Amino acid sequence: MESGSIFIQAIIYLGAAIIMVPIAHRLGLGSVLGYLLAGIGIGPAFLGLVGTESQDMLHFAEFGVVMMLFVIGLELELPLLWKLKNWLLGLGGLQVLGTSLFFFAVAQLLGLDVKPSIALGLILSLSSTAIVLQTLQEKGLMKTASGQGAFSVLLFQDMAVIPILAIFPLLASDSSQSGDDHSSSLIAHFPAYIQTLIVLGVIIAIILMGRYVLNPLFRFIASTELREVFTAASLLLVIGISLVMGLVGLSAALGTFLAGVVLASSEFRHELESNLAPFKGLLLGLFFLSVGSTLDVQIVLNSPLKILAIVSGIMIGKTILLLILGKIFKISLDQNLYFALSLSQVGEFSFVLFNFSSSSGILEKELVNTMVASVAISMALTPLILLAYEKLILPRFNDNTSKSMPEQDKIENEDSPVIIAGFGKFGNMLGRFLRSNDIQCTVLDYDVDRVEMLRGFGFKVYFGDATREDLLESAGAKKAKILIASLDSFEKQKELISCARKHFPHLKILARAGDREEAYDLKDLTADEIYRETRDTAIELGKSTLEKLGYFPYQAHKAAQMFLKHDEDTFQELYEHRKDRKTYVSLAKQRTAELKRLMTFDDTGETKGEEDIW
Amino acid sequence: MKVQILFFHPTMENSKINRGFVNILPNHENLTFRSIYDEYPNGFIDVPREKKLLAENEAIFFQHPFYWYSCPPMMKQWIDSVLELGWAYGKGGTALQGKIWKQIISSAGSGKAYTAEGFHKHTMTEFLLPFKRTAELCNMEYHEPFLIQGAQGLGKDQVDDLKSQYQKLILEFCTGRINGKR
Repeated sequence: MESGSIFIQAIIYLGAAIIMVPIAHRLGLGSVLGYLLAGIGIGPAFLGLVGTESQDMLHFAEFGVVMMLFVIGLELELPLLWKLKNWLLGLGGLQVLGTSLFFFAVAQLLGLDVKPSIALGLILSLSSTAIVLQTLQEKGLMKTASGQGAFSVLLFQDMAVIPILAIFPLLASDSSQSGDDHSSSLIAHFPAYIQTLIVLGVIIAIILMGRYVLNPLFRFIASTELREVFTAASLLLVIGISLVMGLVGLSAALGTFLAGVVLASSEFRHELESNLAPFKGLLLGLFFLSVGSTLDVQIVLNSPLKILAIVSGIMIGKTILLLILGKIFKISLDQNLYFALSLSQVGEFSFVLFNFSSSSGILEKELVNTMVASVAISMALTPLILLAYEKLILPRFNDNTSKSMPEQDKIENEDSPVIIAGFGKFGNMLGRFLRSNDIQCTVLDYDVDRVEMLRGFGFKVYFGDATREDLLESAGAKKAKILIASLDSFEKQKELISCARKHFPHLKILARAGDREEAYDLKDLTADEIYRETRDTAIELGKSTLEKLGYFPYQAHKAAQMFLKHDEDTFQELYEHRKDRKTYVSLAKQRTAELKRLMTFDDTGETKGEEDIW
Repeated sequence: MKVQILFFHPTMENSKINRGFVNILPNHENLTFRSIYDEYPNGFIDVPREKKLLAENEAIFFQHPFYWYSCPPMMKQWIDSVLELGWAYGKGGTALQGKIWKQIISSAGSGKAYTAEGFHKHTMTEFLLPFKRTAELCNMEYHEPFLIQGAQGLGKDQVDDLKSQYQKLILEFCTGRINGKR
């Protein structure tokens, strides 16, 4: 492919996306449907701007799913994953088994042979990780019962893909096809037990690497303070793991998910997340675009009733099975409906399996074409069905625990009420104080050595540039109540406050300022409260000085209180006149004289009554 | 007998009378003088430390000016936070049992003003009832207060006379010439 055509394709895909996605989003349809519609638009059915190469694009864009699982892994620490084990194995396992059996039976009834029936059953049991997780995340439903149920099922399906890939060559009636590219694993020629050992070895290696190698490595890279190098390293990590997993015949998504889980407790977690987010988003978008453009509208138009019957059969069948499972696993009805509907489509992996089935002769070409179109339609329908559910059915459940309101955090643990940006000497003191009062703080700092040292002391400190919106968001800025801005660099401090004000207006911003001038600047940026860092320490020392010179300690204390009060009042007044230098200086002089008078008066007792001589 | 004087005065920088009295306190090994306002200028009282010091002493003197027919606010706060239930009073509250409670009070009004017929219409004994009850509730031995009254009208001789009485009183407790009922 020449480079010119790559650019033209990029223009077509990106152009379609930026036109359709905002429209779909504005209409409340969600980004997934926007991408799908854009894809259908540029596909052969309408504009015909992209043709057969969209199949290749689909394979490429599947990497977005891999990245998404890595990012999801980053948000799941091992103990939390362990908590989901019952749902993962029980709900997920029964879903794959039950759905496969159901569609196997249906295919049998429709007169297919045993082997094609098994293939169809397995293919149709899978759901679309990309569509469902993207939708759940976009709507903030990941932590609800339905979200966690769906996530468990999808994760199990990703694991199930491995044995399914192994079974498919056995189903091919023509045994010469068994060496197809989908068992391209390097270790396929080894006996089964050696293969198992190698796979286990690779998984253990990934875990050990995440624990002991990656953190020091990232620390080293971060200390160069070249952001693009860190981004490159993040990408390299994900791509590398995918490749290794592919080589040993495992699902790349599963491998990167595992790596994500291992890195979930790393201080670089937020940085990784925000570095990969744009790639993940773009690739996923591309993925949905490709799904849209592969939809063969001709087939649909030729036999609309047949397709309609297949699509509704698949979706209704899957939904009913999921509803039964949800009931068994005691998911409340409203959550269960959402859970079942969200997983009712057939997943992206079916495209791969259908391709293989038709090339190896498991399924007839015509059937495959019909099924691929049906699958694409089921994927495109999912966001619409969920939307219809939210608008039409959900309001009937007046139970207030339902709705799209995310419940208490279960998976994420970044729900601290306080975010401290900058953990230098100031933040450190503050953090210790808050921690001693059992206030959970999420700390962000951009100094690698410091982060490392503080982590040694048991602080939950994350490495990252707090002035970035995405990083603040992954640190939980949406849920936090208070942002403490105490970055060392004043420029960064200003950036942080404007960014937080703009994107997280609900946050109370308490900011540290060096001197009066800095405090004025931060007040301009509408920080809620501003603390001049040297003010109280200086006054404390001043108090002590007065005492050493013979003041009674309580007298010194009162003098300090009066000074601080006066200083605060003056700060407000001078702030209003700061732009006018002349007025400012004269006002400042005036206030100083006033303070002096105030204190001497008090000292001579002129203003007090006679009882004071006691 | 070990004596602790707890001194409460929020405006020592303006004080003439109390400062004069404090300056002539005898230097005796059994005597501890502590200015509570100056030990805790920000008002946060170290309760465990206060309790320990109370336990070590047999006589507790509260020296303070008489403000609005009562003590300065820090003294009330001290009473509220240090005299804990189950320690100073109530079930198991025997830590202060038998110790002496005595106040040294300076007031603007003269002795005559604090009578039924006088300006304040009540006696000092009546005004000090809450303190007496506090001491009794802690099973302490309440001693009548030492009063420095109407200092405005006092001549230098009279003040000096009061000062030597004050000095003598404290020394008598320190040396054990005045004893509790125990």
